[in-house]
Amino acid sequence: MIERLLICNRGEIAVRIVRAARELGIHSIVAHSEADDDGLAVRLADQAICIGPAQASLSYLNVEAIIAAAARTQADAVHPGYGFLAESAELAAAVAEAGLCFIGPDAKTIARMGDKASARREASLVGVPIVPGSQPLDDDLDQAIRIAGEIGYPLLIKASAGGGGRGIRKVENAEELARQLPLARAEARAAFKDERVYLERAISHARHIEVQILADGERAVHLFERECSLQRRRQKILEEAPCAVLDEDSRQTLCASAVRLAEHIGYRGAGTLEYLFDEATGDFFFIEMNTRIQVEHPVTEMITGVDLVREMIEICAGRALGITQAEIQRRGWAIEMRINAEDPDHGFFPSPGRVERLTWPAGPGIRIDSALYPGYRIPPFYDSLAAKLIVHAEHRDAALARARRALDEFEIEGFATTAGLHRRLLDDPRVREARFDTQYLEAWLAGTTHEETLA
Amino acid sequence: MSRISVQAPFPGVFYRRPSPEAAPFAEQGEPLSPESVIGLLEVMKQFAEITAGDHGRLVQFEVEDGAVVEAGQVIAVLDGDA
Repeated sequence: MIERLLICNRGEIAVRIVRAARELGIHSIVAHSEADDDGLAVRLADQAICIGPAQASLSYLNVEAIIAAAARTQADAVHPGYGFLAESAELAAAVAEAGLCFIGPDAKTIARMGDKASARREASLVGVPIVPGSQPLDDDLDQAIRIAGEIGYPLLIKASAGGGGRGIRKVENAEELARQLPLARAEARAAFKDERVYLERAISHARHIEVQILADGERAVHLFERECSLQRRRQKILEEAPCAVLDEDSRQTLCASAVRLAEHIGYRGAGTLEYLFDEATGDFFFIEMNTRIQVEHPVTEMITGVDLVREMIEICAGRALGITQAEIQRRGWAIEMRINAEDPDHGFFPSPGRVERLTWPAGPGIRIDSALYPGYRIPPFYDSLAAKLIVHAEHRDAALARARRALDEFEIEGFATTAGLHRRLLDDPRVREARFDTQYLEAWLAGTTHEETLA
Repeated sequence: MSRISVQAPFPGVFYRRPSPEAAPFAEQGEPLSPESVIGLLEVMKQFAEITAGDHGRLVQFEVEDGAVVEAGQVIAVLDGDA
Protein backbone atom coordinates (compact mmCIF):
# COMPACT_ATOMS: atom_id res chain seq x y z
CA MET A 1 0.00 0.00 0.00
CA ILE A 2 1.12 3.55 -0.58
CA GLU A 3 1.80 5.97 2.25
CA ARG A 4 2.37 9.41 0.74
CA LEU A 5 0.22 10.64 -2.16
CA LEU A 6 1.13 13.66 -4.27
CA ILE A 7 -2.02 15.26 -5.72
CA CYS A 8 -1.18 17.25 -8.86
CA ASN A 9 -4.36 19.19 -9.32
CA ARG A 10 -6.48 21.97 -7.87
CA GLY A 11 -10.04 23.00 -7.13
CA GLU A 12 -12.77 20.59 -6.18
CA ILE A 13 -11.08 17.46 -7.53
CA ALA A 14 -7.95 18.06 -5.44
CA VAL A 15 -10.21 18.39 -2.38
CA ARG A 16 -12.01 15.18 -3.39
CA ILE A 17 -8.71 13.27 -3.61
CA VAL A 18 -7.42 14.70 -0.31
CA ARG A 19 -10.60 13.41 1.33
CA ALA A 20 -10.16 9.92 -0.11
CA ALA A 21 -6.49 9.85 0.97
CA ARG A 22 -7.38 10.87 4.51
CA GLU A 23 -9.98 8.14 4.79
CA LEU A 24 -7.37 5.63 3.63
CA GLY A 25 -4.85 6.88 6.19
CA ILE A 26 -2.56 8.11 3.40
CA HIS A 27 -0.49 11.28 3.92
CA SER A 28 -1.88 13.78 1.37
CA ILE A 29 0.41 16.29 -0.37
CA VAL A 30 -1.05 18.88 -2.72
CA ALA A 31 1.20 20.13 -5.53
CA HIS A 32 -0.07 23.60 -6.40
CA SER A 33 0.76 26.73 -8.40
CA GLU A 34 1.57 30.11 -6.87
CA ALA A 35 -2.03 31.18 -7.58
CA ASP A 36 -3.45 28.35 -5.49
CA ASP A 37 -1.54 28.64 -2.22
CA ASP A 38 -4.81 29.64 -0.52
CA GLY A 39 -6.82 26.85 -2.16
CA LEU A 40 -9.07 24.66 -0.03
CA ALA A 41 -7.16 21.52 -1.04
CA VAL A 42 -3.94 23.09 0.26
CA ARG A 43 -5.69 23.95 3.53
CA LEU A 44 -7.15 20.46 3.98
CA ALA A 45 -4.09 18.45 2.95
CA ASP A 46 -1.43 17.19 5.33
CA GLN A 47 1.23 18.96 3.27
CA ALA A 48 1.55 21.23 0.23
CA ILE A 49 4.30 22.08 -2.21
CA CYS A 50 4.43 24.86 -4.78
CA ILE A 51 5.41 23.62 -8.25
CA GLY A 52 5.48 26.85 -10.23
CA PRO A 53 3.80 30.07 -11.34
CA ALA A 54 0.10 30.63 -11.99
CA GLN A 55 0.26 29.72 -15.68
CA ALA A 56 -0.68 26.03 -15.94
CA SER A 57 1.99 25.43 -18.59
CA LEU A 58 4.62 26.28 -15.97
CA SER A 59 3.06 24.37 -13.06
CA TYR A 60 0.19 21.87 -13.43
CA LEU A 61 1.38 20.90 -16.92
CA ASN A 62 5.06 20.71 -15.99
CA VAL A 63 6.06 17.03 -15.74
CA GLU A 64 9.58 17.83 -14.55
CA ALA A 65 8.32 20.05 -11.72
CA ILE A 66 5.86 17.36 -10.61
CA ILE A 67 8.51 14.63 -10.52
CA ALA A 68 10.85 16.97 -8.59
CA ALA A 69 8.05 17.76 -6.12
CA ALA A 70 7.38 14.04 -5.62
CA ALA A 71 11.07 13.49 -4.81
CA ARG A 72 11.24 16.46 -2.45
CA THR A 73 8.14 15.41 -0.52
CA GLN A 74 9.11 11.72 -0.58
CA ALA A 75 5.80 10.80 -2.16
CA ASP A 76 5.36 7.20 -3.26
CA ALA A 77 2.36 7.82 -5.51
CA VAL A 78 0.99 10.52 -7.84
CA HIS A 79 -2.69 11.28 -8.52
CA PRO A 80 -3.30 13.49 -11.56
CA GLY A 81 -7.05 14.18 -11.01
CA TYR A 82 -8.78 15.22 -14.26
CA GLY A 83 -7.75 17.77 -16.89
CA PHE A 84 -4.14 19.03 -16.94
CA LEU A 85 -1.88 15.92 -17.20
CA ALA A 86 -4.50 13.34 -16.21
CA GLU A 87 -4.31 11.70 -19.63
CA SER A 88 -0.66 12.34 -20.33
CA ALA A 89 1.25 9.17 -21.16
CA GLU A 90 4.39 11.25 -20.61
CA LEU A 91 3.52 11.91 -16.95
CA ALA A 92 2.51 8.29 -16.35
CA ALA A 93 5.82 7.12 -17.83
CA ALA A 94 7.87 9.65 -15.85
CA VAL A 95 6.15 8.64 -12.60
CA ALA A 96 6.82 4.95 -13.27
CA GLU A 97 10.42 5.70 -14.21
CA ALA A 98 10.91 7.51 -10.91
CA GLY A 99 9.81 4.30 -9.19
CA LEU A 100 6.50 5.76 -8.03
CA CYS A 101 2.95 4.53 -8.33
CA PHE A 102 0.73 6.36 -10.87
CA ILE A 103 -2.95 6.47 -9.87
CA GLY A 104 -4.23 5.60 -13.31
CA PRO A 105 -3.49 3.13 -16.09
CA ASP A 106 0.06 2.68 -17.40
CA ALA A 107 1.52 4.99 -20.04
CA LYS A 108 0.95 2.46 -22.84
CA THR A 109 -2.77 2.15 -22.10
CA ILE A 110 -3.16 5.93 -21.91
CA ALA A 111 -1.45 6.31 -25.28
CA ARG A 112 -3.46 3.50 -26.82
CA MET A 113 -6.86 4.78 -25.66
CA GLY A 114 -5.98 8.49 -25.74
CA ASP A 115 -5.54 8.27 -29.48
CA LYS A 116 -9.15 8.23 -30.61
CA ALA A 117 -8.48 6.41 -33.87
CA SER A 118 -6.59 3.67 -32.05
CA ALA A 119 -9.32 3.43 -29.38
CA ARG A 120 -11.91 2.89 -32.14
CA ARG A 121 -9.77 0.08 -33.53
CA GLU A 122 -9.50 -1.64 -30.12
CA ALA A 123 -13.26 -1.35 -29.64
CA SER A 124 -14.06 -2.93 -32.97
CA LEU A 125 -11.65 -5.80 -32.19
CA VAL A 126 -13.90 -6.94 -29.33
CA GLY A 127 -17.16 -6.30 -31.15
CA VAL A 128 -18.03 -2.97 -29.49
CA PRO A 129 -19.95 -0.94 -32.09
CA ILE A 130 -18.32 2.31 -33.21
CA VAL A 131 -19.71 5.27 -35.15
CA PRO A 132 -19.08 4.67 -38.88
CA GLY A 133 -15.87 6.50 -39.70
CA SER A 134 -12.33 6.33 -41.02
CA GLN A 135 -8.81 5.69 -39.86
CA PRO A 136 -6.53 8.76 -39.69
CA LEU A 137 -6.54 10.39 -43.15
CA ASP A 138 -3.52 10.64 -45.43
CA ASP A 139 -2.70 14.04 -46.85
CA ASP A 140 -4.73 13.31 -50.01
CA LEU A 141 -7.89 15.34 -50.50
CA ASP A 142 -9.40 13.19 -53.28
CA GLN A 143 -9.03 10.12 -51.14
CA ALA A 144 -10.56 11.92 -48.15
CA ILE A 145 -13.55 12.97 -50.26
CA ARG A 146 -13.99 9.39 -51.50
CA ILE A 147 -13.88 8.01 -47.93
CA ALA A 148 -16.30 10.72 -46.79
CA GLY A 149 -18.73 9.72 -49.54
CA GLU A 150 -18.64 6.11 -48.33
CA ILE A 151 -19.36 7.08 -44.70
CA GLY A 152 -22.05 9.63 -45.63
CA TYR A 153 -22.62 13.30 -44.65
CA PRO A 154 -22.96 15.13 -42.31
CA LEU A 155 -19.53 14.25 -40.95
CA LEU A 156 -17.31 15.28 -38.12
CA ILE A 157 -13.61 15.89 -38.66
CA LYS A 158 -11.99 14.84 -35.41
CA ALA A 159 -8.43 15.19 -34.16
CA SER A 160 -6.93 11.77 -33.37
CA ALA A 161 -5.26 13.24 -30.31
CA GLY A 162 -8.31 15.32 -29.34
CA GLY A 163 -10.39 15.06 -26.23
CA GLY A 164 -12.70 16.91 -23.88
CA GLY A 165 -14.86 17.94 -26.84
CA ARG A 166 -12.03 19.86 -28.49
CA GLY A 167 -10.71 19.51 -32.04
CA ILE A 168 -14.04 18.71 -33.70
CA ARG A 169 -15.50 20.28 -36.89
CA LYS A 170 -18.76 19.44 -38.62
CA VAL A 171 -19.03 19.36 -42.41
CA GLU A 172 -22.17 18.93 -44.55
CA ASN A 173 -20.64 18.17 -47.97
CA ALA A 174 -17.46 17.60 -49.98
CA GLU A 175 -16.93 21.31 -50.59
CA GLU A 176 -16.94 22.03 -46.86
CA LEU A 177 -14.71 19.05 -46.24
CA ALA A 178 -12.14 20.41 -48.70
CA ARG A 179 -12.21 23.80 -46.99
CA GLN A 180 -12.24 22.57 -43.39
CA LEU A 181 -9.72 19.75 -43.62
CA PRO A 182 -6.56 21.92 -43.72
CA LEU A 183 -7.95 24.11 -40.92
CA ALA A 184 -8.75 21.06 -38.81
CA ARG A 185 -5.20 19.78 -39.30
CA ALA A 186 -3.68 23.13 -38.34
CA GLU A 187 -5.92 23.37 -35.30
CA ALA A 188 -5.04 19.82 -34.22
CA ARG A 189 -1.35 20.54 -34.65
CA ALA A 190 -1.60 23.71 -32.57
CA ALA A 191 -3.78 22.21 -29.83
CA PHE A 192 -2.39 18.68 -29.55
CA LYS A 193 0.96 18.82 -31.41
CA ASP A 194 -0.43 16.07 -33.65
CA GLU A 195 -2.11 16.95 -36.94
CA ARG A 196 -3.74 13.59 -37.64
CA VAL A 197 -7.50 13.77 -38.15
CA TYR A 198 -10.16 11.20 -39.02
CA LEU A 199 -13.78 11.28 -40.13
CA GLU A 200 -16.82 10.12 -38.24
CA ARG A 201 -20.52 10.24 -39.21
CA ALA A 202 -22.35 13.01 -37.31
CA ILE A 203 -25.29 11.47 -35.51
CA SER A 204 -27.60 14.42 -35.01
CA HIS A 205 -30.20 13.10 -32.60
CA ALA A 206 -28.26 11.11 -30.08
CA ARG A 207 -27.81 10.98 -26.37
CA HIS A 208 -24.41 11.02 -24.76
CA ILE A 209 -24.28 8.06 -22.40
CA GLU A 210 -21.16 6.83 -20.66
CA VAL A 211 -20.28 3.76 -18.63
CA GLN A 212 -18.12 3.92 -15.50
CA ILE A 213 -15.73 1.03 -15.02
CA LEU A 214 -13.20 -0.05 -12.43
CA ALA A 215 -10.51 -2.56 -13.37
CA ASP A 216 -7.37 -4.06 -11.88
CA GLY A 217 -5.48 -4.98 -15.04
CA GLU A 218 -7.20 -8.33 -15.43
CA ARG A 219 -10.78 -8.11 -14.27
CA ALA A 220 -13.18 -5.21 -14.84
CA VAL A 221 -16.59 -4.31 -13.42
CA HIS A 222 -19.04 -1.62 -14.54
CA LEU A 223 -20.89 0.77 -12.28
CA PHE A 224 -23.72 1.43 -14.70
CA GLU A 225 -24.22 4.44 -16.92
CA ARG A 226 -24.43 8.20 -16.71
CA GLU A 227 -26.61 10.36 -18.93
CA CYS A 228 -24.62 13.43 -20.02
CA SER A 229 -26.57 14.78 -23.00
CA LEU A 230 -27.17 18.26 -21.60
CA GLN A 231 -24.13 20.04 -22.99
CA ARG A 232 -23.13 23.47 -24.18
CA ARG A 233 -20.29 23.64 -26.70
CA ARG A 234 -19.61 19.97 -25.97
CA GLN A 235 -19.12 20.77 -22.28
CA LYS A 236 -21.42 18.92 -19.90
CA ILE A 237 -23.69 21.07 -17.73
CA LEU A 238 -26.00 18.64 -15.93
CA GLU A 239 -25.54 14.89 -15.58
CA GLU A 240 -27.68 12.16 -14.11
CA ALA A 241 -27.61 8.46 -13.36
CA PRO A 242 -29.16 6.24 -14.45
CA CYS A 243 -30.30 7.18 -17.97
CA ALA A 244 -34.09 7.48 -18.14
CA VAL A 245 -34.54 5.98 -21.61
CA LEU A 246 -32.44 2.80 -21.37
CA ASP A 247 -34.39 -0.42 -20.89
CA GLU A 248 -32.78 -3.14 -18.79
CA ASP A 249 -31.66 -5.22 -21.78
CA SER A 250 -29.98 -2.28 -23.50
CA ARG A 251 -28.35 -1.29 -20.20
CA GLN A 252 -26.90 -4.77 -19.76
CA THR A 253 -25.64 -4.90 -23.35
CA LEU A 254 -24.09 -1.44 -23.12
CA CYS A 255 -22.39 -2.01 -19.76
CA ALA A 256 -21.17 -5.49 -20.75
CA SER A 257 -19.51 -4.01 -23.86
CA ALA A 258 -17.62 -1.53 -21.65
CA VAL A 259 -16.38 -4.33 -19.40
CA ARG A 260 -15.32 -6.36 -22.45
CA LEU A 261 -13.28 -3.47 -23.84
CA ALA A 262 -11.70 -2.64 -20.45
CA GLU A 263 -10.62 -6.26 -19.95
CA HIS A 264 -9.37 -6.52 -23.55
CA ILE A 265 -6.92 -3.65 -23.04
CA GLY A 266 -5.88 -4.80 -19.55
CA TYR A 267 -7.16 -1.57 -18.04
CA ARG A 268 -6.26 -0.56 -14.49
CA GLY A 269 -7.99 2.07 -12.35
CA ALA A 270 -11.19 4.06 -12.89
CA GLY A 271 -12.21 4.78 -16.47
CA THR A 272 -15.15 5.88 -18.56
CA LEU A 273 -16.31 4.66 -21.94
CA GLU A 274 -18.37 7.23 -23.80
CA TYR A 275 -21.12 6.23 -26.21
CA LEU A 276 -23.67 7.86 -28.44
CA PHE A 277 -27.12 6.33 -28.08
CA ASP A 278 -29.61 6.62 -30.92
CA GLU A 279 -32.94 6.55 -29.14
CA ALA A 280 -34.91 5.99 -32.35
CA THR A 281 -33.12 2.76 -33.27
CA GLY A 282 -31.78 1.67 -29.88
CA ASP A 283 -28.25 1.50 -31.38
CA PHE A 284 -25.27 2.60 -29.34
CA PHE A 285 -21.80 3.47 -30.60
CA PHE A 286 -18.54 3.73 -28.66
CA ILE A 287 -16.88 7.12 -29.22
CA GLU A 288 -13.95 7.38 -26.82
CA MET A 289 -12.49 6.35 -23.49
CA ASN A 290 -11.39 8.67 -20.70
CA THR A 291 -8.56 7.05 -18.78
CA ARG A 292 -9.07 9.01 -15.56
CA ILE A 293 -11.61 9.96 -12.93
CA GLN A 294 -14.28 12.28 -14.39
CA VAL A 295 -15.94 15.45 -13.16
CA GLU A 296 -19.34 13.74 -12.98
CA HIS A 297 -18.18 10.65 -11.05
CA PRO A 298 -20.28 11.59 -7.97
CA VAL A 299 -23.61 10.64 -9.60
CA THR A 300 -22.29 7.09 -9.97
CA GLU A 301 -21.06 7.11 -6.37
CA MET A 302 -24.51 8.23 -5.23
CA ILE A 303 -26.44 5.45 -6.96
CA THR A 304 -23.95 2.64 -6.24
CA GLY A 305 -22.49 3.64 -2.88
CA VAL A 306 -18.99 2.85 -4.22
CA ASP A 307 -16.24 5.40 -3.51
CA LEU A 308 -14.59 5.53 -6.95
CA VAL A 309 -11.64 7.70 -5.92
CA ARG A 310 -10.80 5.48 -2.96
CA GLU A 311 -11.13 2.37 -5.14
CA MET A 312 -8.87 3.76 -7.87
CA ILE A 313 -6.16 4.63 -5.35
CA GLU A 314 -6.26 1.15 -3.82
CA ILE A 315 -6.32 -0.66 -7.16
CA CYS A 316 -3.44 1.37 -8.59
CA ALA A 317 -1.48 0.79 -5.40
CA GLY A 318 -1.58 -2.89 -6.27
CA ARG A 319 -4.67 -4.30 -4.61
CA ALA A 320 -6.93 -6.51 -6.74
CA LEU A 321 -10.48 -5.35 -7.45
CA GLY A 322 -12.34 -5.80 -4.19
CA ILE A 323 -15.87 -6.02 -5.55
CA THR A 324 -17.68 -8.39 -7.87
CA GLN A 325 -20.21 -7.32 -10.47
CA ALA A 326 -23.02 -8.92 -8.49
CA GLU A 327 -22.17 -6.78 -5.47
CA ILE A 328 -22.64 -3.55 -7.42
CA GLN A 329 -26.26 -2.57 -7.17
CA ARG A 330 -27.87 0.67 -8.19
CA ARG A 331 -30.35 2.44 -5.99
CA GLY A 332 -32.39 5.55 -6.75
CA TRP A 333 -31.52 8.50 -8.93
CA ALA A 334 -28.72 11.09 -8.82
CA ILE A 335 -28.32 14.45 -10.57
CA GLU A 336 -25.23 16.67 -10.72
CA MET A 337 -25.39 20.36 -11.56
CA ARG A 338 -22.16 22.09 -12.49
CA ILE A 339 -22.07 25.54 -10.94
CA ASN A 340 -19.62 27.50 -13.10
CA ALA A 341 -18.29 31.00 -12.45
CA GLU A 342 -19.76 32.20 -15.74
CA ASP A 343 -22.45 34.70 -16.63
CA PRO A 344 -25.23 33.01 -18.64
CA ASP A 345 -26.67 36.45 -19.49
CA HIS A 346 -23.42 37.55 -21.12
CA GLY A 347 -22.49 34.70 -23.41
CA PHE A 348 -21.26 32.60 -20.45
CA PHE A 349 -18.28 34.90 -20.10
CA PRO A 350 -16.06 33.89 -17.16
CA SER A 351 -16.73 35.74 -13.97
CA PRO A 352 -13.89 35.19 -11.53
CA GLY A 353 -14.38 36.97 -8.23
CA ARG A 354 -14.33 36.78 -4.47
CA VAL A 355 -16.84 34.67 -2.53
CA GLU A 356 -18.60 37.38 -0.51
CA ARG A 357 -21.40 35.26 0.86
CA LEU A 358 -21.97 31.54 0.69
CA THR A 359 -24.77 29.27 1.91
CA TRP A 360 -24.66 25.64 0.85
CA PRO A 361 -27.84 23.61 0.62
CA ALA A 362 -28.09 20.82 3.17
CA GLY A 363 -30.41 18.09 4.32
CA PRO A 364 -31.20 14.64 2.97
CA GLY A 365 -29.62 13.42 -0.26
CA ILE A 366 -27.39 16.42 -0.92
CA ARG A 367 -23.66 16.41 -1.64
CA ILE A 368 -21.43 19.39 -2.42
CA ASP A 369 -18.08 18.95 -4.15
CA SER A 370 -16.44 22.36 -4.21
CA ALA A 371 -13.29 24.21 -3.27
CA LEU A 372 -15.10 27.45 -2.41
CA TYR A 373 -15.11 29.02 1.03
CA PRO A 374 -16.21 32.47 2.25
CA GLY A 375 -13.56 35.04 1.33
CA TYR A 376 -11.94 32.83 -1.31
CA ARG A 377 -10.96 34.61 -4.49
CA ILE A 378 -11.28 32.42 -7.60
CA PRO A 379 -8.11 32.82 -9.67
CA PRO A 380 -8.69 33.71 -13.34
CA PHE A 381 -6.18 31.19 -14.69
CA TYR A 382 -8.04 27.90 -14.66
CA ASP A 383 -11.42 26.52 -15.63
CA SER A 384 -14.63 28.03 -14.34
CA LEU A 385 -16.06 25.05 -12.42
CA ALA A 386 -16.79 26.45 -8.95
CA ALA A 387 -18.97 23.76 -7.40
CA LYS A 388 -20.82 20.57 -8.14
CA LEU A 389 -24.18 20.24 -6.50
CA ILE A 390 -25.23 16.62 -6.40
CA VAL A 391 -28.56 15.24 -5.22
CA HIS A 392 -29.82 11.72 -4.69
CA ALA A 393 -33.38 10.48 -4.15
CA GLU A 394 -35.50 7.37 -4.62
CA HIS A 395 -36.58 8.08 -8.19
CA ARG A 396 -36.14 10.68 -10.92
CA ASP A 397 -39.05 12.97 -10.01
CA ALA A 398 -37.93 13.02 -6.38
CA ALA A 399 -34.36 13.80 -7.46
CA LEU A 400 -35.57 16.68 -9.65
CA ALA A 401 -37.62 18.07 -6.75
CA ARG A 402 -34.61 17.74 -4.46
CA ALA A 403 -32.39 19.49 -7.04
CA ARG A 404 -34.84 22.41 -7.18
CA ARG A 405 -34.96 22.59 -3.40
CA ALA A 406 -31.15 22.48 -3.19
CA LEU A 407 -30.79 25.33 -5.69
CA ASP A 408 -33.35 27.39 -3.77
CA GLU A 409 -31.26 27.04 -0.60
CA PHE A 410 -27.96 27.73 -2.34
CA GLU A 411 -26.76 31.33 -2.09
CA ILE A 412 -23.58 32.82 -3.42
CA GLU A 413 -22.53 36.43 -3.85
CA GLY A 414 -19.41 37.92 -5.38
CA PHE A 415 -19.61 36.71 -8.96
CA ALA A 416 -22.08 35.42 -11.54
CA THR A 417 -22.76 31.68 -11.70
CA THR A 418 -24.79 29.21 -13.70
CA ALA A 419 -26.97 28.31 -10.67
CA GLY A 420 -29.96 30.32 -11.94
CA LEU A 421 -29.71 28.64 -15.31
CA HIS A 422 -29.95 25.23 -13.63
CA ARG A 423 -33.01 26.37 -11.72
CA ARG A 424 -34.76 27.34 -14.99
CA LEU A 425 -33.58 24.18 -16.71
CA LEU A 426 -35.13 22.00 -13.99
CA ASP A 427 -38.52 23.59 -14.72
CA ASP A 428 -38.31 22.85 -18.42
CA PRO A 429 -40.97 20.27 -19.36
CA ARG A 430 -38.64 18.36 -21.67
CA VAL A 431 -35.96 18.08 -19.00
CA ARG A 432 -38.60 16.91 -16.53
CA GLU A 433 -39.72 14.25 -19.00
CA ALA A 434 -36.11 13.33 -19.95
CA ARG A 435 -36.85 14.10 -23.61
CA PHE A 436 -33.59 15.60 -24.87
CA ASP A 437 -30.48 14.87 -26.89
CA THR A 438 -27.00 16.40 -27.14
CA GLN A 439 -28.34 19.35 -29.18
CA TYR A 440 -31.18 20.22 -26.84
CA LEU A 441 -29.48 22.49 -24.31
CA GLU A 442 -28.07 24.88 -26.90
CA ALA A 443 -31.44 25.15 -28.64
CA TRP A 444 -33.09 25.76 -25.26
CA LEU A 445 -30.53 28.46 -24.42
CA ALA A 446 -31.06 30.16 -27.76
CA GLY A 447 -34.79 30.27 -27.05
CA THR A 448 -34.75 31.39 -23.42
CA THR A 449 -31.74 33.63 -22.88
CA HIS A 450 -30.24 36.36 -24.97
CA GLU A 451 -26.74 35.21 -25.69
CA GLU A 452 -24.39 38.06 -26.32
CA THR A 453 -21.07 37.26 -27.86
CA LEU A 454 -18.16 39.24 -26.61
CA ALA A 455 -16.65 41.41 -29.32
CA MET B 1 2.74 63.94 -25.41
CA SER B 2 -0.71 62.97 -24.17
CA ARG B 3 -0.35 59.64 -22.45
CA ILE B 4 -3.20 57.16 -22.89
CA SER B 5 -3.23 53.98 -20.84
CA VAL B 6 -4.78 50.74 -22.04
CA GLN B 7 -5.97 48.85 -18.96
CA ALA B 8 -6.91 45.21 -18.41
CA PRO B 9 -10.73 45.03 -18.10
CA PHE B 10 -10.49 41.88 -15.95
CA PRO B 11 -7.70 39.75 -14.47
CA GLY B 12 -6.00 37.15 -16.64
CA VAL B 13 -2.97 36.28 -18.71
CA PHE B 14 -1.96 38.75 -21.42
CA TYR B 15 -0.70 37.59 -24.81
CA ARG B 16 0.74 39.80 -27.53
CA ARG B 17 0.33 37.17 -30.25
CA PRO B 18 -2.67 35.19 -31.56
CA SER B 19 -0.59 31.98 -31.23
CA PRO B 20 2.99 31.28 -30.09
CA GLU B 21 4.32 31.12 -33.70
CA ALA B 22 2.41 34.13 -35.02
CA ALA B 23 3.55 37.76 -35.30
CA PRO B 24 2.47 40.17 -32.52
CA PHE B 25 -0.85 41.99 -32.96
CA ALA B 26 0.86 45.39 -32.63
CA GLU B 27 4.43 46.68 -32.59
CA GLN B 28 5.98 49.58 -30.73
CA GLY B 29 5.66 52.81 -32.71
CA GLU B 30 2.66 51.59 -34.68
CA PRO B 31 -0.25 54.03 -35.20
CA LEU B 32 -3.44 52.57 -33.71
CA SER B 33 -7.15 53.28 -33.99
CA PRO B 34 -9.70 52.53 -31.22
CA GLU B 35 -10.55 49.12 -32.77
CA SER B 36 -6.91 48.01 -33.20
CA VAL B 37 -6.28 44.74 -31.38
CA ILE B 38 -3.13 44.92 -29.25
CA GLY B 39 -3.38 41.52 -27.58
CA LEU B 40 -5.49 38.77 -26.00
CA LEU B 41 -6.47 38.38 -22.39
CA GLU B 42 -7.10 34.82 -21.24
CA VAL B 43 -9.50 34.35 -18.40
CA MET B 44 -10.65 30.88 -17.32
CA LYS B 45 -9.65 29.32 -20.64
CA GLN B 46 -11.53 31.92 -22.71
CA PHE B 47 -9.80 34.58 -24.78
CA ALA B 48 -10.95 38.16 -25.24
CA GLU B 49 -9.34 40.69 -27.57
CA ILE B 50 -7.88 43.80 -26.02
CA THR B 51 -8.27 46.87 -28.25
CA ALA B 52 -6.45 50.19 -28.12
CA GLY B 53 -9.68 52.06 -27.31
CA ASP B 54 -8.33 55.33 -28.70
CA HIS B 55 -6.28 56.88 -31.48
CA GLY B 56 -2.55 57.03 -30.87
CA ARG B 57 0.91 55.67 -31.47
CA LEU B 58 1.93 52.63 -29.42
CA VAL B 59 4.67 53.88 -27.08
CA GLN B 60 5.28 50.69 -25.16
CA PHE B 61 3.84 47.62 -23.47
CA GLU B 62 3.92 47.76 -19.69
CA VAL B 63 3.67 43.97 -19.29
CA GLU B 64 5.50 41.05 -20.88
CA ASP B 65 3.95 38.59 -23.29
CA GLY B 66 2.35 35.82 -21.20
CA ALA B 67 2.29 37.90 -18.01
CA VAL B 68 -0.34 37.69 -15.31
CA VAL B 69 -2.29 40.97 -15.03
CA GLU B 70 -4.81 42.29 -12.52
CA ALA B 71 -8.04 44.09 -13.45
CA GLY B 72 -7.23 47.76 -14.09
CA GLN B 73 -3.51 47.15 -14.56
CA VAL B 74 -1.94 49.17 -17.39
CA ILE B 75 -1.10 46.89 -20.31
CA ALA B 76 0.18 49.46 -22.82
CA VAL B 77 0.70 53.19 -23.27
CA LEU B 78 -0.28 55.19 -26.36
CA ASP B 79 0.81 58.68 -27.38
CA GLY B 80 -2.41 60.45 -28.31
CA ASP B 81 -0.71 63.43 -30.03
CA ALA B 82 1.17 61.37 -32.57
